[in-house]
Order: sequence, then structure tokens, then C-alpha cells
Amino acid sequence: MDLSPIWLTLKLAGITTLLLLLIGLPFAWWLSRGRSFIKIIAEAIITMPLVLPPSVLGFYLLLAFSPQHGLGKWLHDTFDVQLVFSFPGLILASVIYSMPFMVGPVKSALQQLPVSLAEASYTLGKTEWQTFRYVLLPNIKPSLLTAAVLTFAHTLGEFGVVLMIGGNIPGVTRVASIAVYDSVEKMDYASANNYSLILFSITFILVIAVFIFNKYQAKGPIA
Amino acid sequence: MISIDIEIKLKAYHGGQLLKINRQFNTGSIIKILGPSGSGKTTLLKMIAGLGTPENGVIMANGVTWFDSREKINLSPQKRNVGFVFQNYGLFPNMTAKQHLEYATNDTDWIKQLLSLGQLDKFTNHKPDHLSGGQQQRLAILRALAIKPKLLLMDEPFSALDNKVKTSLIAELRYLIKQMGITTIIVSHNLQELEMFEGEVMDFEGLV
Repeated sequence: MDLSPIWLTLKLAGITTLLLLLIGLPFAWWLSRGRSFIKIIAEAIITMPLVLPPSVLGFYLLLAFSPQHGLGKWLHDTFDVQLVFSFPGLILASVIYSMPFMVGPVKSALQQLPVSLAEASYTLGKTEWQTFRYVLLPNIKPSLLTAAVLTFAHTLGEFGVVLMIGGNIPGVTRVASIAVYDSVEKMDYASANNYSLILFSITFILVIAVFIFNKYQAKGPIA
Repeated sequence: MISIDIEIKLKAYHGGQLLKINRQFNTGSIIKILGPSGSGKTTLLKMIAGLGTPENGVIMANGVTWFDSREKINLSPQKRNVGFVFQNYGLFPNMTAKQHLEYATNDTDWIKQLLSLGQLDKFTNHKPDHLSGGQQQRLAILRALAIKPKLLLMDEPFSALDNKVKTSLIAELRYLIKQMGITTIIVSHNLQELEMFEGEVMDFEGLV
């Protein structure tokens, strides 16, 4: 059995989750602070992957990343970077596709914290960054973990967007979900079952781990 | 000297009514604010601390303009050096009692003194969830004092304390406030509590 699709999937999910922790946390924090028309539009845009068919998103990303048009052409001409049918293209598409899974739970958790936490920190002379880092973030740890695991698990299961952007190039863009589809197409049910079972097991273990962690957090150690 | 001449829009009480405050407080004095719920007591404290913005007016403290609607000056809460005791305490669930004070100051002797003042020496490693209501309230007061503020704003600071602890804490607090020359504004429903402090009373009942 060729394990490269599994490794590629784990690599893609890991990098996507890390990037979304870097991008998604400040973005969620910005969204959680008050309402404005720009924020409503921004939130609607990042929520689109939740409701759009993945093939539609994949189609538009395919057009955007195409070396013949706009962003894709500029990247190709300026940096000699090709996003279509490449691993970096898969990462960018995954970041866009999984963004609501990181931003949504973190934003909700930040909004549920009492306003007085941040206010108390400000009166102690702390900056917004210090308040975010030392007060807000530690107090949404369970939601943060849930968001990271959901993002990772969602990226593991990506199919439509990945197929549209990356195709099925072994070792480059052939992730596990594509390998399952490809194996079924070839009537190789044994391989399809192996890939599916591995994906199922990883996801199940992750979800169980989050439930256990959240239960432990709810009890709360004394110090 | 703290000078307040502002208009505040009240949201909760008499929808959208303007509350006008024009008062001067001497440095080191204690001001006791009484009044019904929703009359703007907490809102006034937040405006003074920089946690809210008055409709218009001027707030000055010791010659420094903290807020001036005409000049578009609005000093951030970080720059006002105001100790604030929140009605719901606003304690950080992730920090122990000691960490709360360490977050506010690096002065270890001062932290020890504060923990002793609040009778929390034996609970230094306890997080707020594992402190009683009274202990949480004391920790909120200690945290506000930790920054050695020029102005201390306390919103219902003694409501969760039993009489014995309240009497001893207030006695210590009065001494400390006087020693440090901290101007103090206390908001309370409880007239008896306020009577334990010397100072002028501002009754919000008549203002709304």
C-alpha cells in the first residue's frame, strides 16, 4: 500500500492548521470587537466555504490561481510560482476552505468572555496585545483546541477543492481523499478501505482527545 | 485635583437620557456615590477610567487632560493609572491570586504586603474558581491597588464580604488610601458601608 497520500494529507492539514492559527487568531479577535459593515462583509466572505459547494469554491480558486489570469499570472510572472496543480496551491486553497472552522469558534469564545477581563487588563496598563496574549487567549484554550482540531480534521477530509486545484498527481497533490476516490474508480476496494480506515481512525482519535481535554478543563485544576 | 464636567448618555435607565456631572475632587479625598440601579454610577466610573467615552465634556486629573471632546483628546485607560474594582470582579480565570498581582506589578514586597492586607497569604496559588466570593472581591481590590494608582474607582467593592472581614478590610483600606494619598470614588447601594469612609456623598437619585 502506498502511504504517500496519507503523509501528504497529514502534511497539508498540519501546515494549514499552523497557518490558520497565525492568520485566524488575530482575525477572530478583530471580528469579536464590536460590529461594523466591513466586519459583516469580512465575516460573510470567510463563512462562504461553509455553505458553498466545494466544487464552486474550487472552480473560482482554479480561475484565480490560473497562470493565465490575475493573481495566478502575477505570481507566475513575478515569482515564477505556479499554484495550480502544486502543493503550495493546495495549502492556499485549504487555508481559505478551512478558515471558518478556525475563526468561528475562536470568535465566539472571545465574545463570550466578560468584557471586564479585557477592561481590567487595560486599567493595569497592559496593551491590547498583552491583554490578548496573557488574558484572553489562555481563557479560550478549550475553544482554541477545538478550532485547531476541527481545522485539521476538516482539511484531512477535503476533496472537492483539492481535486479542482491539485488534481491527482502522486506525491504532489494526491492526498488521501483523492486516493480513496481513485482506488474506487479502479475497483481497488482494498486500498480504498485502507485509506478510509486510516482517515477515520485519525479523525476519531482527534475528536476523542478534544472531548477528554475539554472535560478535564471543565473540572479545572486548582493551580 | 480631579475635575469632571461631562455629559453621559444613559442606555439602561430612562432610555437615552443625558446625565450631567460637574464636580471637582481634591487629591486624596474620598467620594461616595449612592443611587439606584441603572442611574449611571458604573457608567461614570468607566468614563473616568477611559473604558467608555462621554457624549461631551472635559475630564482633567492633576493638570493633565484625560478627555476633552472639543480638542478630541481621549487618553487611553493604560495611560490614566486608575485602579478599578469591577462589580463582577473581572478576575482572570487562568491566573492564581499571586499571578494576578504579578501581572499588575513587579514589586514583590508590595505583592506580599497586599496579599497580607487581603488575608490571601494562604491562597496565593488558588485560581478565582477556587476562592470564595469574599476572597475574589478582596483579590479584585488588591489587584487594583497593585499598580499604586493615583485614582481608585470601586464599584460595589464590599457586597460579597461578611461583616467581620468587611470591617477589618475597610479599616486597612482607609489607612492605605490615606497613606498613599489615593483619590477614591466608591459606588455602593449600601449606605452603612459608605458611612465607614469619611468623604462627601454624591447621590445619583436626584441627578436622573
